[in-house]
Amino acid sequence: MKKILFIEDEQTLQKTISRYLEQEGYQVNNALDGEIGLEIAKKEKPDLILLDIILPKKNGFEVLKELKEDETTKNIPVIILTNLEGDADVEKALSLGANTYLVKANYRLEEISNKIKETLNQ
Amino acid sequence: MDKRKIYQKLNPLTQCKKYNLDIWQCPNFLFPLSGMITILAMISTYFVAIEYTEPEIVALIVIGVTTILIIIGYLIARGFENLAQANQLKSEFVNITSHQLRTPLTGIKWTIDLMRKSKHTTNEELLEKLDGIEESNQRMIKIVNDLLRVARIEQNSLNLKPQDISLNEIIDKLIKEYKPLANASNIKIVLETEPNIPLIKADLKGIDFILRNLIDNAIKYTKEEGLVKIKLIKKNKLIRCEIEDNGVGIPEIDKKNIFKKFFRSQNIMKYQTIGSGIGLFISKAIIKKSNGKMGFWSEENKGTIFWFELPINK
Repeated sequence: MKKILFIEDEQTLQKTISRYLEQEGYQVNNALDGEIGLEIAKKEKPDLILLDIILPKKNGFEVLKELKEDETTKNIPVIILTNLEGDADVEKALSLGANTYLVKANYRLEEISNKIKETLNQ
Repeated sequence: MDKRKIYQKLNPLTQCKKYNLDIWQCPNFLFPLSGMITILAMISTYFVAIEYTEPEIVALIVIGVTTILIIIGYLIARGFENLAQANQLKSEFVNITSHQLRTPLTGIKWTIDLMRKSKHTTNEELLEKLDGIEESNQRMIKIVNDLLRVARIEQNSLNLKPQDISLNEIIDKLIKEYKPLANASNIKIVLETEPNIPLIKADLKGIDFILRNLIDNAIKYTKEEGLVKIKLIKKNKLIRCEIEDNGVGIPEIDKKNIFKKFFRSQNIMKYQTIGSGIGLFISKAIIKKSNGKMGFWSEENKGTIFWFELPINK
C-alpha cells in the first residue's frame, strides 16, 4: 500500500482528502504544520507528499527546501496543493523541486487523485 | 444631463465628498484653488506694480504667492498618493478576500466529491459531512459580513443602534461559549470585575463583535497553558474593559499598523494562518463611533492587553 503524507492546517480539507484517498487504497498520514510534516516525512518516508504553502511554524516553501536538501527525503515526489496562485509562487515551488503545483479550489478530488497516480507512476 | 447633475460634476466639494476625501487631500478642490490663487496673484501684482514702482515689493509678492502654490502643489501630490494607496489597498482587499473565501469553498467542493464517492455512508458519517459543509458555510458568511462592515465604515455609513448594555452579562455569556475552545488549548479565561459596573449605551451587535474578536485573538495567539483575563473597571464617567493574555505579543515594528485594515503581524502568521486582518480595524471604528477609545499594550513573548473605554449611560 502506497503511503501519502498530507501537510495541511485546515482540518476539514485534511479529513475529506484523507478519506477519499483511503477509499482509493492509499495509506494517508496527516500533519497540521510544517515542522511536524518534516518530522513525519523523515521518519515515515512516504511515497508522495501533498504540501500546502501557508502553514503554521514552517511554511510550504521552507518544508520543500528542507525535504530536497535532505538525502533521505530528496527523492520523494512533492505535489503542492494550495490556494495561492501567484506566478511567483508557482515558479518558486517548481524551482525548489516540486513535481506539480495545484490550486485547491480549481481541482476536484478525483482530479487530484489522478495527479497523484500519474506522479507515482513517473 | 439635468442641471443638478452638471452642478454636481462642476462642484469640486461634492466630488471630494463622493470619494470620501478631505478637501485638503482632494485634487478636485486643490487644482481650481491653485488656479484661482495664480489668477488673483497676477491681477494683484499688476495693480501693485502700477501703484508702487519698487521692484522689491513686486518680487516679494511673487515669492509669497509661489510659496503658497508650492504648498498647494505638495498637498495635491499627497492627495494623489492617498488615491494610489487606496487603489493598492483595494487590490490587497481582493487578494486577501479571495484567498480567505477559497478555503471554505474548497471545503464544500471536496466534501461533495467525497459524498459522491462514498457508497455505504452511515447516518453518522453523513451528519459529520453536513457539519463540515455548515462550518465552511458559516466561515464564508462571517467573511462576507466582515467585509460589508468594512465597506460601511469606509462609506461612513456604519449603522449602530445604541441601547443599554451590561458588559458583565455579555462577557459572562461569551466566557461560557469560549471555554471549550480555550480548554482545548489549556487556556483559562476569567472575568475580574468591580461590583456594580453600570450599564453603557452602545450597539449590542457591535460590542459583541468586538469582544468576540478580542477574546478569539487572545486565545488564538496564546500558546499552551495560557491565561486570558478580562477586566471591567469603572473610571469616572467611563467603563474600561481590558482583555489581557500572556501570548506571543506584538512585535515593536508591527505596533503602528495593528489597527490598519488587512494588516496581520508577521509573528502571528507563524501560529495562525486563518484570519483576514480586519477584526481590529472594525472594532476600533465601532468604538470610535460610540464615543469611546481603544488601544493596546504589548510586549513580544510576554503578552498583550487590548482595552476599550466607553461612556457610562446616565
